Amino acid sequence: MKTETIAALQQARTKRTAVTLATRLSDATETLVYLDKAEGAMAGDATLVSVARRAMAIGRSETLDLGGEKIFLNVYVPPPRMIIVGAVHIAQTLAPMAAMLDFDVTVVDPRGAWATSARFPGVKVIQDWADEAFQAMGLDVSTAVVTLTHDPKLDDPALEAALKSDVFYIGALGSRKTHAKRKERLAEAGITDEMFARVHGPVGLNIGAKSPAEIAVSILGQIVEVRARRLEILAGPKVVAA
Amino acid sequence: MSDALDVLDQVGKWKSSGKGVAIATVITTWGSSPRPVGSQLGVDDSGAMVGSVSGGCIEGAVVKEALDAIKDGKPRLLDFGVTDEQAWDVGLACGGKVQVFVEKVG
Repeated sequence: MKTETIAALQQARTKRTAVTLATRLSDATETLVYLDKAEGAMAGDATLVSVARRAMAIGRSETLDLGGEKIFLNVYVPPPRMIIVGAVHIAQTLAPMAAMLDFDVTVVDPRGAWATSARFPGVKVIQDWADEAFQAMGLDVSTAVVTLTHDPKLDDPALEAALKSDVFYIGALGSRKTHAKRKERLAEAGITDEMFARVHGPVGLNIGAKSPAEIAVSILGQIVEVRARRLEILAGPKVVAA
Repeated sequence: MSDALDVLDQVGKWKSSGKGVAIATVITTWGSSPRPVGSQLGVDDSGAMVGSVSGGCIEGAVVKEALDAIKDGKPRLLDFGVTDEQAWDVGLACGGKVQVFVEKVG
């Protein structure tokens, strides 16, 4: 592996850009394939580039046989992100547990007394309204949003912004009753029933969770499941190399 | 994935401090193998390791090949598993098989 290749992979991580490193196993020749460009000796090979992009979409590294030459496609996708709205008690447990699952975690809350680094050691904390924080961060398909405040004026704008993006998971803490009221309020903001169906609420798998840690397990279990199912579907019909 | 990038960070540091470095990558797995495809192990010219390509079963043999790759600069493709136990003198306790690509950095 070239030193410049390592630098390029590190840069892609910093910019949260997905990249596939294609390596020809016979002589270690390298090509980097991004969503919008390809760089290196094999960048002109249309089959290689398309298979590398598909591998990137499903986040799975694989070996490609290209006219008898074995090419290893190593996928480097940015870690999934979790944005937790509400620097509350449950968030204090959910944030470190999500980090253990390799999520890049950010806690957002406009309330200064809650959104402190002291309450969330080692976690990114943004003291701002969720919709404004989302705009600065940019919601994408590798992001999960979980609202925990129970407070409509904090949760609703976050849910509205999340629903208008393509985040892979949206969850909202609150009882069935709270959730039904939430649906009515968001309908007034133009969120249709179909759109609202994307919100997991009451949040998490129904495992009888009571304590903050148990609730965090139930939320994370659901997120892991949603993410795995999505990747399975994306991996579905295998593209035949031309 | 963050694992893989942690390996690259350490490899980059070794490289910029003037060390000879090789990277081993799991290319293929069959059956139950402890580390998924794409897992990496970085090795410096003193034999120091970062990351992993198995649960510890084959690292010793991989490091040996990595040190050779640092010397001669040639990439190599290694097969480990039940059927290759004789050839490599190491097997995977789990009964799986892995193929590991070893290459010099730089």
